[in-house]
Amino acid sequence: MTGLFDILGPKMVGPSSSHTAGACRLGYVVQAIIGGTPDTAKIGLHGSFAMTGEGHGTRKAIIGGLLGYRPDDVRLRDSFERADEAGLEFEFYETDLGEDAHPNSVVFEVTRDADRMTVRGCSIGGGRIRVQEIDGFPVDLKGTLPTIVVLADDVPGTVSKITGIIAERGLNLATVRVDRTGRGERALMTIETDGELPDDLFANLHDRSWVHWIRNVHRLNV
Amino acid sequence: MFTSIAEWFELARQAGSSLPDAVLRREMKETGADEAEIRRRVAEALEVMREAVREGLAIDTPSPSGLTGGRARRLAAEAPGLVGPTFTELLSRAIATLEVNARMGLIMATPTAGAAGVVPAVLFTMQERRGWTEEQLVDAMLIAGGVGAVIAERASIAGAGGGCQAETGSAAAMAAAAVTWLEGGSDEQVGQAIGLTLQGMLGLICDPVAGLVEIPCVYRNATAAVNAVAAAEMALAGMDFPIPVDQVIDVMGEVGRKMDVRFRETALGGLATTPAGQEIAAAAGMERLVQLQRKGRTAGESSARIGPS
Repeated sequence: MTGLFDILGPKMVGPSSSHTAGACRLGYVVQAIIGGTPDTAKIGLHGSFAMTGEGHGTRKAIIGGLLGYRPDDVRLRDSFERADEAGLEFEFYETDLGEDAHPNSVVFEVTRDADRMTVRGCSIGGGRIRVQEIDGFPVDLKGTLPTIVVLADDVPGTVSKITGIIAERGLNLATVRVDRTGRGERALMTIETDGELPDDLFANLHDRSWVHWIRNVHRLNV
Repeated sequence: MFTSIAEWFELARQAGSSLPDAVLRREMKETGADEAEIRRRVAEALEVMREAVREGLAIDTPSPSGLTGGRARRLAAEAPGLVGPTFTELLSRAIATLEVNARMGLIMATPTAGAAGVVPAVLFTMQERRGWTEEQLVDAMLIAGGVGAVIAERASIAGAGGGCQAETGSAAAMAAAAVTWLEGGSDEQVGQAIGLTLQGMLGLICDPVAGLVEIPCVYRNATAAVNAVAAAEMALAGMDFPIPVDQVIDVMGEVGRKMDVRFRETALGGLATTPAGQEIAAAAGMERLVQLQRKGRTAGESSARIGPS
Protein backbone atom coordinates (compact mmCIF):
# COMPACT_ATOMS: atom_id res chain seq x y z
CA MET A 1 0.00 0.00 0.00
CA THR A 2 1.38 3.38 -0.99
CA GLY A 3 0.63 6.28 1.34
CA LEU A 4 0.65 9.98 0.51
CA PHE A 5 3.94 10.58 2.30
CA ASP A 6 5.65 7.66 0.62
CA ILE A 7 5.28 9.76 -2.52
CA LEU A 8 5.73 13.23 -0.99
CA GLY A 9 8.90 12.26 0.82
CA PRO A 10 10.78 11.11 2.74
CA LYS A 11 12.53 14.25 3.80
CA MET A 12 16.12 13.17 3.53
CA VAL A 13 19.76 14.01 3.10
CA GLY A 14 20.74 13.13 -0.48
CA PRO A 15 21.68 11.67 -2.79
CA SER A 16 19.85 8.33 -2.88
CA SER A 17 16.77 7.03 -1.09
CA SER A 18 18.07 3.46 -1.22
CA HIS A 19 21.81 4.04 -0.75
CA THR A 20 21.61 6.94 1.73
CA ALA A 21 18.22 7.09 3.51
CA GLY A 22 17.79 3.29 3.59
CA ALA A 23 21.40 2.78 4.70
CA CYS A 24 20.90 5.26 7.53
CA ARG A 25 17.72 3.48 8.65
CA LEU A 26 19.54 0.13 8.75
CA GLY A 27 22.20 1.61 11.04
CA TYR A 28 19.47 3.23 13.12
CA VAL A 29 17.63 -0.06 13.63
CA VAL A 30 20.85 -1.83 14.61
CA GLN A 31 21.58 0.74 17.34
CA ALA A 32 17.98 0.43 18.53
CA ILE A 33 18.26 -3.36 18.75
CA ILE A 34 21.53 -3.28 20.71
CA GLY A 35 20.14 -0.55 22.96
CA GLY A 36 22.15 2.49 21.86
CA THR A 37 25.21 3.53 19.86
CA PRO A 38 27.60 0.57 19.79
CA ASP A 39 31.22 0.72 21.02
CA THR A 40 32.49 -1.14 17.98
CA ALA A 41 31.00 -1.97 14.59
CA LYS A 42 32.30 -4.16 11.79
CA ILE A 43 30.17 -3.56 8.73
CA GLY A 44 30.19 -5.73 5.62
CA LEU A 45 28.81 -4.19 2.43
CA HIS A 46 27.45 -6.43 -0.30
CA GLY A 47 26.64 -5.83 -3.97
CA SER A 48 25.63 -2.35 -5.01
CA PHE A 49 26.20 -1.05 -1.47
CA ALA A 50 29.87 -2.02 -1.83
CA MET A 51 30.16 -1.01 -5.48
CA THR A 52 28.58 2.45 -5.62
CA GLY A 53 28.15 3.17 -1.93
CA GLU A 54 31.14 5.48 -1.73
CA GLY A 55 29.61 8.07 -4.04
CA HIS A 56 26.23 7.82 -2.33
CA GLY A 57 27.48 8.46 1.18
CA THR A 58 26.32 4.94 2.14
CA ARG A 59 29.09 4.52 4.72
CA LYS A 60 28.46 7.93 6.27
CA ALA A 61 24.73 7.21 6.36
CA ILE A 62 25.21 3.83 8.07
CA ILE A 63 27.49 5.34 10.73
CA GLY A 64 25.03 8.21 11.21
CA GLY A 65 22.28 5.66 11.73
CA LEU A 66 24.41 3.85 14.34
CA LEU A 67 24.75 7.22 16.11
CA GLY A 68 20.95 7.41 16.23
CA TYR A 69 20.50 9.93 13.41
CA ARG A 70 17.48 9.80 11.12
CA PRO A 71 17.71 10.10 7.30
CA ASP A 72 16.90 13.84 7.42
CA ASP A 73 19.68 14.69 9.88
CA VAL A 74 22.36 16.80 8.17
CA ARG A 75 24.90 15.48 10.70
CA LEU A 76 25.05 12.41 8.42
CA ARG A 77 27.50 14.39 6.30
CA ASP A 78 30.24 14.33 8.94
CA SER A 79 29.18 11.24 10.84
CA PHE A 80 32.71 9.79 10.80
CA GLU A 81 34.04 12.69 12.88
CA ARG A 82 31.04 12.46 15.18
CA ALA A 83 31.60 8.73 15.61
CA ASP A 84 35.09 9.51 16.96
CA GLU A 85 33.56 11.92 19.46
CA ALA A 86 30.93 9.36 20.46
CA GLY A 87 33.57 6.66 20.94
CA LEU A 88 32.22 4.45 18.16
CA GLU A 89 35.03 2.46 16.54
CA PHE A 90 34.05 1.19 13.12
CA GLU A 91 35.44 -0.66 10.18
CA PHE A 92 33.96 -1.37 6.74
CA TYR A 93 34.78 -4.28 4.49
CA GLU A 94 33.39 -5.63 1.23
CA THR A 95 31.62 -8.95 1.42
CA ASP A 96 29.78 -11.39 -0.81
CA LEU A 97 26.57 -12.66 0.74
CA GLY A 98 25.72 -14.80 -2.29
CA GLU A 99 23.56 -14.44 -5.35
CA ASP A 100 20.28 -14.60 -3.47
CA ALA A 101 21.16 -11.60 -1.32
CA HIS A 102 19.52 -8.30 -2.19
CA PRO A 103 22.05 -6.08 -4.04
CA ASN A 104 21.83 -3.46 -1.28
CA SER A 105 22.66 -5.72 1.64
CA VAL A 106 24.73 -5.11 4.76
CA VAL A 107 25.84 -7.22 7.69
CA PHE A 108 26.72 -5.67 11.06
CA GLU A 109 28.78 -7.11 13.90
CA VAL A 110 28.35 -4.71 16.80
CA THR A 111 29.33 -4.64 20.47
CA ARG A 112 28.01 -2.47 23.27
CA ASP A 113 29.27 -2.96 26.83
CA ALA A 114 29.12 -6.74 27.29
CA ASP A 115 26.65 -7.28 24.45
CA ARG A 116 27.60 -8.57 21.05
CA MET A 117 25.24 -8.89 18.12
CA THR A 118 25.13 -9.73 14.43
CA VAL A 119 22.43 -8.16 12.27
CA ARG A 120 21.81 -8.51 8.56
CA GLY A 121 19.49 -6.36 6.47
CA CYS A 122 18.90 -4.71 3.12
CA SER A 123 17.60 -1.49 1.63
CA ILE A 124 14.78 -2.31 -0.76
CA GLY A 125 14.10 1.06 -2.42
CA GLY A 126 12.55 4.42 -1.66
CA GLY A 127 14.22 4.41 1.77
CA ARG A 128 12.36 1.29 2.86
CA ILE A 129 14.37 -1.42 4.63
CA ARG A 130 14.15 -4.97 5.85
CA VAL A 131 16.11 -6.55 8.69
CA GLN A 132 16.40 -10.23 7.84
CA GLU A 133 18.54 -11.76 10.55
CA ILE A 134 19.47 -11.05 14.18
CA ASP A 135 22.12 -13.29 15.76
CA GLY A 136 21.35 -16.05 13.30
CA PHE A 137 17.59 -15.89 13.91
CA PRO A 138 15.59 -15.16 10.75
CA VAL A 139 13.39 -12.09 11.21
CA ASP A 140 11.41 -9.78 8.95
CA LEU A 141 11.57 -6.35 10.51
CA LYS A 142 10.55 -3.38 8.37
CA GLY A 143 10.31 -0.63 10.94
CA THR A 144 6.98 0.56 9.55
CA LEU A 145 5.31 -0.20 12.90
CA PRO A 146 6.60 0.11 16.47
CA THR A 147 8.41 -3.18 17.09
CA ILE A 148 9.56 -5.03 20.19
CA VAL A 149 12.48 -7.41 19.84
CA VAL A 150 12.95 -9.90 22.68
CA LEU A 151 15.51 -12.64 23.26
CA ALA A 152 14.10 -15.01 25.84
CA ASP A 153 14.57 -18.55 27.15
CA ASP A 154 12.48 -20.97 25.17
CA VAL A 155 10.25 -22.04 28.06
CA PRO A 156 6.48 -22.61 27.82
CA GLY A 157 4.28 -19.56 28.05
CA THR A 158 6.80 -16.80 27.22
CA VAL A 159 4.89 -15.58 24.18
CA SER A 160 1.57 -15.40 26.00
CA LYS A 161 3.17 -13.59 28.96
CA ILE A 162 4.70 -10.91 26.75
CA THR A 163 1.69 -10.45 24.49
CA GLY A 164 -0.55 -10.45 27.56
CA ILE A 165 1.39 -7.56 29.12
CA ILE A 166 1.09 -5.63 25.86
CA ALA A 167 -2.62 -6.37 25.55
CA GLU A 168 -3.23 -5.13 29.10
CA ARG A 169 -2.11 -1.71 27.90
CA GLY A 170 -4.79 -1.75 25.26
CA LEU A 171 -2.26 -2.00 22.42
CA ASN A 172 -3.24 -3.95 19.35
CA LEU A 173 -0.76 -6.53 18.00
CA ALA A 174 -0.11 -6.42 14.28
CA THR A 175 2.28 -9.38 13.91
CA VAL A 176 4.10 -11.79 16.20
CA ARG A 177 7.03 -13.84 15.03
CA VAL A 178 9.02 -16.37 17.06
CA ASP A 179 12.15 -18.24 16.07
CA ARG A 180 14.28 -20.42 18.29
CA THR A 181 17.70 -21.99 18.25
CA GLY A 182 16.40 -25.34 19.48
CA ARG A 183 13.95 -26.89 21.89
CA GLY A 184 14.37 -25.44 25.36
CA GLU A 185 17.13 -23.10 24.29
CA ARG A 186 16.51 -19.52 23.21
CA ALA A 187 13.76 -17.84 21.22
CA LEU A 188 13.80 -14.50 19.46
CA MET A 189 10.47 -12.72 19.23
CA THR A 190 9.61 -9.74 17.06
CA ILE A 191 6.27 -8.18 17.89
CA GLU A 192 4.80 -5.35 15.83
CA THR A 193 2.12 -3.20 17.46
CA ASP A 194 -0.26 -0.53 16.21
CA GLY A 195 0.85 2.07 18.76
CA GLU A 196 4.12 3.19 20.40
CA LEU A 197 4.90 1.38 23.63
CA PRO A 198 5.36 3.10 26.98
CA ASP A 199 8.82 2.76 28.56
CA ASP A 200 7.59 1.35 31.89
CA LEU A 201 6.31 -1.65 30.00
CA PHE A 202 9.89 -2.43 29.12
CA ALA A 203 11.11 -1.98 32.69
CA ASN A 204 8.50 -4.56 33.67
CA LEU A 205 9.64 -7.07 31.08
CA HIS A 206 13.37 -6.47 31.66
CA ASP A 207 13.01 -7.83 35.18
CA ARG A 208 11.77 -11.24 34.12
CA SER A 209 14.44 -13.88 34.67
CA TRP A 210 13.72 -15.58 31.35
CA VAL A 211 14.19 -12.37 29.33
CA HIS A 212 17.80 -11.93 28.12
CA TRP A 213 17.14 -8.59 26.54
CA ILE A 214 14.22 -6.60 25.19
CA ARG A 215 14.35 -3.54 22.93
CA ASN A 216 11.90 -1.02 21.59
CA VAL A 217 12.44 -0.20 17.92
CA HIS A 218 10.48 2.95 17.16
CA ARG A 219 8.69 3.46 13.88
CA LEU A 220 11.05 4.69 11.17
CA ASN A 221 8.75 6.68 8.94
CA VAL A 222 7.80 9.46 11.33
CA MET B 1 -4.14 5.20 -1.89
CA PHE B 2 -5.90 4.37 -5.19
CA THR B 3 -5.35 1.48 -7.57
CA SER B 4 -6.21 3.53 -10.64
CA ILE B 5 -6.76 7.12 -11.73
CA ALA B 6 -10.26 6.05 -12.79
CA GLU B 7 -11.03 4.82 -9.25
CA TRP B 8 -9.79 8.10 -7.74
CA PHE B 9 -11.82 10.28 -10.10
CA GLU B 10 -14.93 8.13 -9.70
CA LEU B 11 -14.73 8.29 -5.90
CA ALA B 12 -14.40 12.06 -6.06
CA ARG B 13 -17.36 12.29 -8.44
CA GLN B 14 -19.58 10.10 -6.25
CA ALA B 15 -18.68 12.04 -3.12
CA GLY B 16 -19.08 15.35 -4.90
CA SER B 17 -15.60 16.32 -3.72
CA SER B 18 -12.59 17.76 -5.49
CA LEU B 19 -9.62 15.58 -6.52
CA PRO B 20 -7.33 16.86 -3.73
CA ASP B 21 -10.14 16.32 -1.19
CA ALA B 22 -10.49 12.73 -2.34
CA VAL B 23 -6.76 12.20 -1.70
CA LEU B 24 -7.11 13.82 1.71
CA ARG B 25 -10.10 11.65 2.66
CA ARG B 26 -8.32 8.47 1.57
CA GLU B 27 -5.15 9.34 3.47
CA MET B 28 -7.21 10.16 6.58
CA LYS B 29 -9.01 6.84 6.32
CA GLU B 30 -5.81 4.84 5.83
CA THR B 31 -3.67 6.52 8.50
CA GLY B 32 -6.13 7.92 11.03
CA ALA B 33 -4.53 11.36 10.74
CA ASP B 34 -6.87 14.36 10.57
CA GLU B 35 -7.11 16.90 7.75
CA ALA B 36 -5.20 19.67 9.53
CA GLU B 37 -2.32 17.29 10.34
CA ILE B 38 -2.02 16.10 6.72
CA ARG B 39 -2.17 19.64 5.31
CA ARG B 40 0.43 20.77 7.84
CA ARG B 41 2.81 17.95 6.82
CA VAL B 42 2.36 18.80 3.14
CA ALA B 43 3.06 22.49 3.89
CA GLU B 44 6.22 21.44 5.74
CA ALA B 45 7.29 19.36 2.75
CA LEU B 46 6.83 22.44 0.55
CA GLU B 47 9.08 24.44 2.87
CA VAL B 48 11.87 21.84 2.62
CA MET B 49 11.47 21.87 -1.17
CA ARG B 50 11.56 25.66 -1.33
CA GLU B 51 14.67 25.82 0.84
CA ALA B 52 16.42 23.21 -1.34
CA VAL B 53 15.75 25.30 -4.46
CA ARG B 54 17.07 28.41 -2.72
CA GLU B 55 20.17 26.59 -1.48
CA GLY B 56 20.80 24.99 -4.88
CA LEU B 57 20.66 28.25 -6.80
CA ALA B 58 23.40 29.63 -4.54
CA ILE B 59 25.82 26.70 -4.92
CA ASP B 60 29.03 27.86 -6.60
CA THR B 61 31.38 24.98 -5.83
CA PRO B 62 31.68 21.49 -7.34
CA SER B 63 29.94 18.47 -5.82
CA PRO B 64 32.20 15.93 -4.03
CA SER B 65 32.59 13.99 -7.31
CA GLY B 66 33.20 17.19 -9.28
CA LEU B 67 30.59 16.14 -11.85
CA THR B 68 28.07 18.84 -10.99
CA GLY B 69 27.74 21.86 -8.72
CA GLY B 70 27.12 25.47 -9.72
CA ARG B 71 25.16 24.49 -12.86
CA ALA B 72 21.84 25.87 -11.61
CA ARG B 73 23.45 29.18 -10.73
CA ARG B 74 25.23 29.39 -14.06
CA LEU B 75 22.06 28.57 -15.98
CA ALA B 76 20.07 31.23 -14.14
CA ALA B 77 22.77 33.82 -14.84
CA GLU B 78 23.90 32.95 -18.34
CA ALA B 79 21.07 31.29 -20.27
CA PRO B 80 20.10 33.35 -23.31
CA GLY B 81 16.41 33.07 -22.41
CA LEU B 82 15.39 31.75 -25.81
CA VAL B 83 11.74 31.35 -24.81
CA GLY B 84 11.64 33.82 -21.96
CA PRO B 85 12.88 34.03 -18.37
CA THR B 86 10.23 31.70 -16.91
CA PHE B 87 11.60 28.82 -18.93
CA THR B 88 15.11 29.52 -17.67
CA GLU B 89 13.82 29.66 -14.07
CA LEU B 90 12.05 26.34 -14.53
CA LEU B 91 15.24 24.63 -15.72
CA SER B 92 17.54 26.18 -13.13
CA ARG B 93 15.21 25.32 -10.24
CA ALA B 94 15.03 21.66 -11.29
CA ILE B 95 18.81 21.48 -11.44
CA ALA B 96 19.14 23.36 -8.13
CA THR B 97 17.41 20.67 -6.06
CA LEU B 98 19.42 17.87 -7.67
CA GLU B 99 22.67 19.74 -6.98
CA VAL B 100 21.69 20.02 -3.32
CA ASN B 101 20.93 16.30 -3.37
CA ALA B 102 24.35 15.50 -4.85
CA ARG B 103 26.15 17.10 -1.89
CA MET B 104 24.13 15.36 0.82
CA GLY B 105 21.83 18.33 1.24
CA LEU B 106 18.28 18.13 2.56
CA ILE B 107 15.60 17.39 -0.06
CA MET B 108 12.12 15.91 -0.29
CA ALA B 109 12.13 12.71 -2.34
CA THR B 110 9.10 13.50 -4.55
CA PRO B 111 8.70 10.72 -5.47
CA THR B 112 12.40 9.75 -5.25
CA ALA B 113 15.66 11.55 -4.51
CA GLY B 114 16.84 11.18 -8.12
CA ALA B 115 13.70 12.89 -9.44
CA ALA B 116 13.32 15.40 -6.60
CA GLY B 117 13.92 18.45 -8.80
CA VAL B 118 10.87 18.22 -11.04
CA VAL B 119 7.87 18.86 -8.77
CA PRO B 120 9.36 21.87 -6.92
CA ALA B 121 10.65 23.46 -10.14
CA VAL B 122 7.25 23.23 -11.80
CA LEU B 123 5.13 24.18 -8.78
CA PHE B 124 7.19 27.14 -7.59
CA THR B 125 7.66 28.52 -11.08
CA MET B 126 3.96 28.24 -11.85
CA GLN B 127 3.06 29.73 -8.47
CA GLU B 128 5.07 32.84 -9.36
CA ARG B 129 3.57 33.05 -12.82
CA ARG B 130 -0.02 32.41 -11.82
CA GLY B 131 -0.23 33.82 -8.29
CA TRP B 132 -1.29 30.61 -6.54
CA THR B 133 -1.72 30.83 -2.77
CA GLU B 134 0.08 28.49 -0.36
CA GLU B 135 -3.21 26.66 0.27
CA GLN B 136 -3.56 26.08 -3.47
CA LEU B 137 -0.01 24.80 -3.51
CA VAL B 138 -0.93 22.26 -0.82
CA ASP B 139 -3.84 21.13 -3.04
CA ALA B 140 -1.39 20.83 -5.93
CA MET B 141 0.81 18.57 -3.79
CA LEU B 142 -2.18 16.39 -2.87
CA ILE B 143 -2.89 15.91 -6.57
CA ALA B 144 0.79 15.13 -7.20
CA GLY B 145 0.75 12.61 -4.35
CA GLY B 146 -2.37 10.91 -5.69
CA VAL B 147 -0.84 10.54 -9.15
CA GLY B 148 2.47 9.22 -7.76
CA ALA B 149 0.68 6.69 -5.56
CA VAL B 150 -1.30 5.27 -8.49
CA ILE B 151 1.86 5.01 -10.60
CA ALA B 152 3.70 3.30 -7.72
CA GLU B 153 0.85 0.76 -7.44
CA ARG B 154 0.40 0.05 -11.14
CA ALA B 155 3.90 0.56 -12.51
CA SER B 156 6.95 1.84 -10.61
CA ILE B 157 8.46 5.07 -9.35
CA ALA B 158 11.98 3.63 -8.95
CA GLY B 159 14.81 3.69 -11.48
CA ALA B 160 15.71 0.15 -10.41
CA GLY B 161 12.15 -0.92 -11.13
CA GLY B 162 11.44 0.84 -14.41
CA GLY B 163 14.25 3.12 -15.54
CA CYS B 164 14.17 6.91 -15.60
CA GLN B 165 10.68 6.99 -17.13
CA ALA B 166 9.57 5.66 -13.73
CA GLU B 167 11.49 8.33 -11.81
CA THR B 168 11.50 11.64 -13.70
CA GLY B 169 8.55 10.44 -15.81
CA SER B 170 6.43 9.89 -12.70
CA ALA B 171 7.59 13.18 -11.18
CA ALA B 172 6.67 15.04 -14.37
CA ALA B 173 3.25 13.37 -14.54
CA MET B 174 2.63 14.35 -10.91
CA ALA B 175 3.58 17.97 -11.63
CA ALA B 176 1.58 18.14 -14.88
CA ALA B 177 -1.58 16.90 -13.17
CA ALA B 178 -1.14 19.40 -10.33
CA VAL B 179 -0.73 22.34 -12.70
CA THR B 180 -3.67 21.28 -14.85
CA TRP B 181 -5.97 20.99 -11.87
CA LEU B 182 -4.96 24.32 -10.30
CA GLU B 183 -5.37 26.06 -13.64
CA GLY B 184 -9.01 25.02 -13.70
CA GLY B 185 -8.70 21.92 -15.84
CA SER B 186 -11.48 19.33 -15.64
CA ASP B 187 -10.85 15.92 -14.11
CA GLU B 188 -10.62 14.57 -17.61
CA GLN B 189 -7.98 17.14 -18.52
CA VAL B 190 -5.98 16.21 -15.42
CA GLY B 191 -5.97 12.62 -16.67
CA GLN B 192 -4.98 13.80 -20.14
CA ALA B 193 -2.06 15.74 -18.66
CA ILE B 194 -0.73 12.56 -17.02
CA GLY B 195 -1.06 10.57 -20.25
CA LEU B 196 0.46 13.34 -22.34
CA THR B 197 3.45 13.53 -19.99
CA LEU B 198 4.13 9.82 -19.89
CA GLN B 199 3.75 9.28 -23.65
CA GLY B 200 6.68 11.65 -24.11
CA MET B 201 8.89 9.85 -21.60
CA LEU B 202 8.17 6.16 -22.27
CA GLY B 203 11.31 4.07 -22.51
CA LEU B 204 13.67 6.54 -20.87
CA ILE B 205 16.45 4.52 -19.26
CA CYS B 206 18.26 5.04 -15.94
CA ASP B 207 22.00 5.09 -16.63
CA PRO B 208 23.79 7.08 -13.94
CA VAL B 209 27.44 7.72 -14.79
CA ALA B 210 29.70 6.14 -12.12
CA GLY B 211 26.50 5.15 -10.34
CA LEU B 212 26.13 8.68 -9.01
CA VAL B 213 22.85 10.59 -8.94
CA GLU B 214 24.35 13.43 -11.00
CA ILE B 215 24.92 12.81 -14.71
CA PRO B 216 22.52 12.70 -16.46
CA CYS B 217 20.08 13.05 -13.52
CA VAL B 218 20.46 16.81 -12.94
CA TYR B 219 19.71 17.54 -16.60
CA ARG B 220 16.96 14.93 -16.87
CA ASN B 221 15.15 16.65 -14.03
CA ALA B 222 15.27 19.87 -16.05
CA THR B 223 13.94 18.30 -19.25
CA ALA B 224 11.29 16.39 -17.29
CA ALA B 225 10.07 19.69 -15.81
CA VAL B 226 9.70 21.00 -19.36
CA ASN B 227 7.71 17.90 -20.30
CA ALA B 228 5.38 18.49 -17.37
CA VAL B 229 4.60 22.07 -18.36
CA ALA B 230 4.20 21.09 -22.02
CA ALA B 231 1.70 18.37 -21.09
CA ALA B 232 -0.30 20.73 -18.84
CA GLU B 233 -0.37 23.35 -21.57
CA MET B 234 -1.64 20.84 -24.13
CA ALA B 235 -4.19 19.27 -21.77
CA LEU B 236 -5.60 22.65 -20.77
CA ALA B 237 -5.98 23.56 -24.44
CA GLY B 238 -8.10 20.44 -24.90
CA MET B 239 -5.56 18.28 -26.69
CA ASP B 240 -6.90 14.82 -26.18
CA PHE B 241 -4.91 11.61 -25.95
CA PRO B 242 -7.06 8.65 -26.97
CA ILE B 243 -5.38 6.05 -24.72
CA PRO B 244 -6.95 6.17 -21.23
CA VAL B 245 -4.51 7.35 -18.57
CA ASP B 246 -4.45 4.07 -16.58
CA GLN B 247 -3.55 2.20 -19.76
CA VAL B 248 -0.68 4.62 -20.43
CA ILE B 249 0.57 4.02 -16.87
CA ASP B 250 0.34 0.25 -17.44
CA VAL B 251 2.43 0.59 -20.60
CA MET B 252 5.05 2.48 -18.63
CA GLY B 253 5.08 -0.39 -16.12
CA GLU B 254 5.39 -2.99 -18.87
CA VAL B 255 8.22 -1.14 -20.61
CA GLY B 256 9.98 -0.89 -17.24
CA ARG B 257 9.68 -4.59 -16.51
CA LYS B 258 10.98 -5.52 -19.94
CA MET B 259 13.83 -3.02 -19.78
CA ASP B 260 17.23 -4.70 -19.59
CA VAL B 261 18.62 -4.60 -16.04
CA ARG B 262 21.64 -2.66 -17.37
CA PHE B 263 19.30 0.27 -17.95
CA ARG B 264 17.74 0.17 -14.50
CA GLU B 265 20.01 2.14 -12.19
CA THR B 266 22.82 -0.42 -12.21
CA ALA B 267 25.29 1.89 -14.00
CA LEU B 268 26.00 -1.05 -16.33
CA GLY B 269 24.58 0.44 -19.51
CA GLY B 270 23.70 3.57 -21.42
CA LEU B 271 25.70 6.72 -20.71
CA ALA B 272 27.35 5.01 -17.73
CA THR B 273 29.24 2.54 -19.92
CA THR B 274 30.31 4.88 -22.70
CA PRO B 275 34.11 5.21 -22.84
CA ALA B 276 33.78 8.65 -21.24
CA GLY B 277 31.41 7.30 -18.60
CA GLN B 278 33.84 4.52 -17.70
CA GLU B 279 36.70 6.99 -17.46
CA ILE B 280 34.68 9.06 -15.01
CA ALA B 281 33.92 5.96 -12.92
CA ALA B 282 37.61 5.01 -12.93
CA ALA B 283 38.64 8.54 -11.95
CA ALA B 284 36.14 8.38 -9.08
CA GLY B 285 37.94 5.25 -7.84
CA MET B 286 35.08 2.85 -8.49
CA GLU B 287 37.27 -0.02 -9.60
CA ARG B 288 34.76 -2.81 -9.07
CA LEU B 289 32.09 -0.95 -11.00
CA VAL B 290 34.50 -0.37 -13.88
CA GLN B 291 35.42 -4.08 -13.93
CA LEU B 292 31.75 -5.02 -14.13
CA GLN B 293 31.11 -2.38 -16.79
CA ARG B 294 33.92 -3.80 -18.94
CA LYS B 295 32.58 -7.33 -18.54
CA GLY B 296 29.01 -6.21 -19.35
CA ARG B 297 30.14 -4.26 -22.37
CA THR B 298 31.98 -7.25 -23.81
CA ALA B 299 28.93 -9.48 -23.24
CA GLY B 300 26.65 -6.88 -24.81
CA GLU B 301 28.84 -6.55 -27.87
CA SER B 302 29.17 -10.28 -28.44
CA SER B 303 25.42 -10.83 -28.11
CA ALA B 304 24.90 -8.03 -30.61
CA ARG B 305 27.22 -9.81 -33.00
CA ILE B 306 25.34 -13.09 -32.83
CA GLY B 307 21.93 -11.43 -32.85
CA PRO B 308 19.78 -10.94 -35.96
CA SER B 309 21.31 -8.56 -38.44
